[in-house]
Amino acid sequence: MRDSLRPGRWLLYAVLIGFAGFTLLPLVVVILNSFRTAQEIARTSVVGWPHGLAWQNWVQAWSGYCIAQRCEGIRPYMENSFMLAVPATILSTALGAIAGYSISLWRFRGDTIVFAVVVMGVFLPEQMKLIPWALVLRELGLTNTIAALVLIHTVQGMSFTTLFCRNYYIGIPQDLMKAARVDGAGYFRTFWRIVLPLSPPILIVTVIWQFTGIWNEFLYGVTFTTGGQQPVTAALIAIATTPATDLVEYGIQSAAVLLAAVPTLLVYFLGGRYFLRGLTAGAIK
Amino acid sequence: MAALNVRDLHKRFGSTEVLKGIDLTVESGEFAVLLGPSGCGKSTLLNVIAGLEQPNAGTVEIGERMVNAIPAKDRDIAMVFQSYALYPSMTVRRNITFGMECRGVPRPQQDEAVARVAALLQIDGLLERRPSQLSGGQRQRVAMGRALVRNPLLFLFDEPLSNLDAQLRVDMRTEIKQLHGRIRSTIIYVTHDQIEAMTMASRIAVMNKGEIQQFAAPDVVYNRPANLFVARFLGTPPMNTMKARLVRDGDGLAATIGTVRLPLPAQPQAARAFIDRDVFLGLRPECITDPGRPGATLEAEVLTIEPTGAETIVLASVAGERLRARVAPDVRLTPGQRTALVADTRSACLFDPATERLIG
Repeated sequence: MRDSLRPGRWLLYAVLIGFAGFTLLPLVVVILNSFRTAQEIARTSVVGWPHGLAWQNWVQAWSGYCIAQRCEGIRPYMENSFMLAVPATILSTALGAIAGYSISLWRFRGDTIVFAVVVMGVFLPEQMKLIPWALVLRELGLTNTIAALVLIHTVQGMSFTTLFCRNYYIGIPQDLMKAARVDGAGYFRTFWRIVLPLSPPILIVTVIWQFTGIWNEFLYGVTFTTGGQQPVTAALIAIATTPATDLVEYGIQSAAVLLAAVPTLLVYFLGGRYFLRGLTAGAIK
Repeated sequence: MAALNVRDLHKRFGSTEVLKGIDLTVESGEFAVLLGPSGCGKSTLLNVIAGLEQPNAGTVEIGERMVNAIPAKDRDIAMVFQSYALYPSMTVRRNITFGMECRGVPRPQQDEAVARVAALLQIDGLLERRPSQLSGGQRQRVAMGRALVRNPLLFLFDEPLSNLDAQLRVDMRTEIKQLHGRIRSTIIYVTHDQIEAMTMASRIAVMNKGEIQQFAAPDVVYNRPANLFVARFLGTPPMNTMKARLVRDGDGLAATIGTVRLPLPAQPQAARAFIDRDVFLGLRPECITDPGRPGATLEAEVLTIEPTGAETIVLASVAGERLRARVAPDVRLTPGQRTALVADTRSACLFDPATERLIG
């Protein structure tokens, strides 16, 4: 008998499949509910097989459902999230790359202290920074704007992006930097011509990480913006907490949740391979 | 004209003093090799000359121009690194022209320079490749091409051959030497490989513990080592150094080791001051050989033999001192055997045991 056919193996796989199913269950319920009408769910149960395909849930969720007295679905909020996540991702990644480059390859007095302070940002809880940020945004006159969230996520994201990039760049041989100095390349030319062309693996990692994190972020979004300025994560909560009628629109809510998850899933499917590789790769040969 | 002039150079890393007052003058057109064990400061010295490290004290002049405050790019130098340090994302052509690009040299001039260097190093066919598509030897050539294209006052080589396999290293050694013969530039070449130093250098600076022990032509460094360190560092196997007593021998001198007495012809006058005193006697292994050659006979006990094919290295005990001899490969010896060896003492070196310096 082959190893893989022993009863112990069967049991192992059965247990693993059971756990996997349990983990996937909420997603399955949400997907199924996105195709069930509110009436159907109310009549039977939140868990159940759809009787037909209620596509109108998706249409409603996208552009018709009323959220906080605006009946445009989650589309405007998705747009808000893009307007915030794309620039914040690009800015935080670009700044993190420059900062990581400076710390790892242009050693300066106190560079390790600067690095330690920057990385400390990774470990500070979001809640702790709410009030300081509120004060800063008021001073800057950015209260309830998407620009405010771009600023916050750029600044806070730099802790992660600097850490990622610095750890990657530290693998670039010092001899390359020396050669560039002898050749007469300055700070920015060395970065642009030598370091940046070596960076795609780590830049893909930071972009995925930043985009996912910023897109999914909720606390700052719900705290610093209201109404039409809110990102989609805040809007999803608004859908759930303000039922339009007595009937809870589980179907539309499910469709909205799935729509909101599409961008990060796309990013993961497109760049996930690089992500897994990039997190482990450090050596540049 | 002096291409390089280093005066009283000191360099510390934290509390470690890596360079302890280096003085070095290299004439234009010389091939100067900095040779020493790892950690002796030779690479640090090269980096200070290049302007990649700042000295704590002392001056560096390149082409009789003081360069202490001048950045690496303006020192009129080119450097070849041990790791080659080719820019991975650039083609060979871009690697070679990058320096000119930084200095704003016009494109036609760049192309001309690349063509010249590519022909010189026979890398014409590789210009559009990336470093990852090259073999070790080809990368080495490109690294040299990047340096050569500058036509600088001073070439700095930092162990450029140590990443190559043995065969290629021998080939490149010859090639670099020929190249130097053709272009006649001044080269400062760092290595820990004494064969490289001996074969290529016009002068060798032997370094140890942050100091230059001797700076002289290869045959001088080899035959008249300035001190015991140089004597014991150079040569494979290195020079035998034995405690001996210097005595008068008629008009001349002799050294006694226990009961063995070795006449020493051709010693400098200064040695007379050490008569009836202890000295270190230095004898190259090739000066101690099998009987049948002229010289003083030594009664020896064979300890081990190391046949290399062309010759056999014999570790033997003479009057309680261990020494190495080189004998012809057809001389059959076995460990434990007593045999007579012959010492040719004409090129013997004497060292002052107090200062460890060569006498005379």
